[in-house]
Amino acid sequence: MPAPWIGRPVPRVEDDRLLRGNGRYVDDIELPGAAEAAVLRSPHAHARVESVDVTAALEAPGVLAVWTGADVAHLAPLLNKEELRTPPRLAELLDPRVATTPMPLLATDKVLYVGQPVAIVFADSRYLAEDALELVDVRYAPLPVLVDPDRALADDAPLLHEDLPDNTAVAVAAQVGDPAAAFAAAHTVISEEFQAHRYVASPIETRAVAARVDPYSGDLTVWSNTQTPHRVRESIATTLGLDAESVRVIATDVGGGFGQKGILYVEEMLIPYAAGKLGRPVVWREDRGENLTAASHAREQIHRIELAADADGRLLAVRDRITVNFGAYNMTGLVVPYNSLCHLLGPYRIPNVDIDVLGVLTNTAFATPYRGAGRPETVFAMERAMDRLAAQLGLEPAELRARNLIGPDDMPYTTGLVDRSGNPQSYDSGDFPELLRRARAKVDTTRREPREGKHIGVGYAMYIEATGLGPFETARIDIAPSGRVKLAIGAPSQGQGHRTSMAQIAADALGVPLDVIDVVGGDTSATPFGVGTIASRALVNAGNATHRAGRLVREKALDAAARRLSVPAAELTLTEGVFTTKEPDGPTLTLAELAGRAPLPDTPEPTDGRYGTELSETVHFRPPGFAVASGAHAAVVEVDEHTGELEILQYVVVHDAGVIVNPLIAEGQVTGGIAQGIGGALYEEMIYGPDGQPRTGTYMDYLVPTSSEIPDLDMDEIHSPSPMNDLGVKGLGEGGAIAPQAVLANAVEDALRPFGVVVRRGPLSPSRIRDLLRTAPATH
Amino acid sequence: MTSVTPAARPARTPPLAEPSGWHEIHLTVNGEPVTAQVESRLLLSDFLRDRLRLTGTHVGCEHGVCGACTVLVDGTPVRSCLTLAVQCEGAELRTVEGLARPDAPLTPVQEAFHTCHGMQCGFCTPGFLMTATALTEQDERPDDTEVADALSGHLCRCTGYRGIRRALGRALDETYETATDSQHPQHSQQDSRQGE
Repeated sequence: MPAPWIGRPVPRVEDDRLLRGNGRYVDDIELPGAAEAAVLRSPHAHARVESVDVTAALEAPGVLAVWTGADVAHLAPLLNKEELRTPPRLAELLDPRVATTPMPLLATDKVLYVGQPVAIVFADSRYLAEDALELVDVRYAPLPVLVDPDRALADDAPLLHEDLPDNTAVAVAAQVGDPAAAFAAAHTVISEEFQAHRYVASPIETRAVAARVDPYSGDLTVWSNTQTPHRVRESIATTLGLDAESVRVIATDVGGGFGQKGILYVEEMLIPYAAGKLGRPVVWREDRGENLTAASHAREQIHRIELAADADGRLLAVRDRITVNFGAYNMTGLVVPYNSLCHLLGPYRIPNVDIDVLGVLTNTAFATPYRGAGRPETVFAMERAMDRLAAQLGLEPAELRARNLIGPDDMPYTTGLVDRSGNPQSYDSGDFPELLRRARAKVDTTRREPREGKHIGVGYAMYIEATGLGPFETARIDIAPSGRVKLAIGAPSQGQGHRTSMAQIAADALGVPLDVIDVVGGDTSATPFGVGTIASRALVNAGNATHRAGRLVREKALDAAARRLSVPAAELTLTEGVFTTKEPDGPTLTLAELAGRAPLPDTPEPTDGRYGTELSETVHFRPPGFAVASGAHAAVVEVDEHTGELEILQYVVVHDAGVIVNPLIAEGQVTGGIAQGIGGALYEEMIYGPDGQPRTGTYMDYLVPTSSEIPDLDMDEIHSPSPMNDLGVKGLGEGGAIAPQAVLANAVEDALRPFGVVVRRGPLSPSRIRDLLRTAPATH
Repeated sequence: MTSVTPAARPARTPPLAEPSGWHEIHLTVNGEPVTAQVESRLLLSDFLRDRLRLTGTHVGCEHGVCGACTVLVDGTPVRSCLTLAVQCEGAELRTVEGLARPDAPLTPVQEAFHTCHGMQCGFCTPGFLMTATALTEQDERPDDTEVADALSGHLCRCTGYRGIRRALGRALDETYETATDSQHPQHSQQDSRQGE
């Protein structure tokens, strides 16, 4: 038996094409005669649209059409039904409030944030379309602007959506035990306010959509760099009144998504509609300014958190009042707020819990899941609170954590909360004390000698992540007549390397070489259903669907080969694509010989009545529960008290994602996540002025870290296989991004302990660190 | 064996009612002569992508920060989104498509990005490859500061740069350690690779 493919650091099969410049991202697809679109966006954060005059724009050179809200008002507004759906059990238990705010494809009477689409121009080229944008004359009557979510909740606050009673987008609360009594009886209580600041996914490929109506079939083909092509297909079909089957959505190469491309956008409806109306293909690609200001934002939350502990530092209760700034539309309902709620407890045993989450609508770009999706925010609050509690108790922060960790023998551990599906929240496996022990063992504060004016600090943070969100994912395997294996999954790749990792799973399940497998992800014509690549779910869901489909096809193939060779199926094995019997010189048959039999005149009538072997299976894997990944991060930093400059001397990560399919890819996912976390912790912030104007709308202002800012990582991992799926895998796409904000904030506070600094929000830019020092109690 | 390079195809001039002036430019792209009519305002990135259909050069920010659109103009890494096509009259351009010919193996730089997992989504990769290639074509091995400087001109959102730094280190090791008495180690390799 050859060694299994699962577990091997196989270099990726997708690389060669990409390295030669042969990637096919949406904007690379050749569509002869395509019109190009450009979107006119609101310059106001909140205003009535009084009039839109497109006369001059229509007369501009090369312009084919200019649409305003009135031109598309007959089309249903955008509503991401799947993301806004509250699972029935969750609805029953917690009765959350979820306001729906359908978004017009182009604004009609009102605009609610800077960047909201108001008009769209179609022209022979992007250059000409942008020329014409400047000629569209829109008259606005500005309205009062709400940027601060606390302000938006005030009784006298103007309403964003006038059909709603207030600016609340969602409200949900959960209790465990008797938190009031626990707080009253506690030895020590700390009470703090922490803010997770707004930052954005910023994939290097901006969003793009292209569409064409096939003149032969009349079918609509849409290329979108979406993470959820089936959802885009359903939405287009609903909006345009088409059968889902006559719409094909393809996510080809996608240049990073990180959640920003995992929702639905109005452009995904407008461009296909235009392809039909204009009778020619249409292409639209967002520019960077649009991406920064008008594609989805993330992370902005306020946590008013309290911890209660006994004299030994054992946690008795947590109370948290969480406010989530939703921006102008409720795009994804409970996803982020509820993730924050049910990840607050993290790896700790806390018997009494009182959490209340409010999502608030404001005149800012809508906020949706971004790598971690509510977890980095809640971990920032919890892990900062743990350090404040440690300071209060005079304990080492790592020691306080160690005293409160759930142990491996407690697994599966039930928290008392309900998970996102409405089931009792359960941690399926893990060894949190081991994660922390390894992280502590790695931390080395002696790498740099103490220096005048510079302060060294250590920070820790731990997290858990419920991965592998359902409801399902689809995998379809077909053995082609050539013997090649076609694997189609509903989850597209935005760089995660599915063509390699999914092929490794299929190769093991089937018993074929890796290089005969072709993986297609994210083509709605290849699988009847699908969900997508979001929520650290692809490996768990698509991976296990692939595994099961592979096993089923293998059984079918063994049966067919047994009949062909006239031996019992039990005597056959399929290894490396060849069927052999147990006897050394028994008959053999290749998969190609089995699958390639065509009904030609000289082919004998098969005994089973089949020519091609019809070796296909479609499997929908429905996870029974979450596969809970976990991690401990630590950092050693040096902070310059005079300049506020921070240097990361060491960054430690120990993570647990169960069985690892491809260590090379896994390391890349963790590393990339940490880099985004460090970006958010130290550099990146999407800033709004009080007038609702974004102030960081270019890469000159919005600072994505370069190689110089990201240190080498000190990495380790443990493997607690998930009992929730056959492969034992857990998701790890988001994990790296969850802890860095907390770790670095904790490290900075530790470094500046002599000054009595408390870090309550990021990013920890030199100027913010200087501000902290200037206002610190010990400086006065 | 003669390979047809993408740049050998004639540049297509779309029938645009273009308000800016038109110019004829002559340049070399990946070793092939190109003559084209371009608008004054046409960016080099759009010229390469839309007219020559060399879509391996990607546009990430259109304001010269992300580096995805980097190409080599007379051997120097240049942001094609900040360069006008008309500025390239007489220039010798290399794009990612010109690194390894379609029928040739990957260059050592490309190979190192593959082996060291220096890429994920692949969108920023062509820009990194062009800058890395320039670093392997110097007279002497660039020192760590030069390498760090060059890398900091590119944004990658997927990898956290670890694999990219490894890949570049490996490519530089291979290039400059295999150099014997040749002054331009990579140049001579390049020539033999590109010889028809």
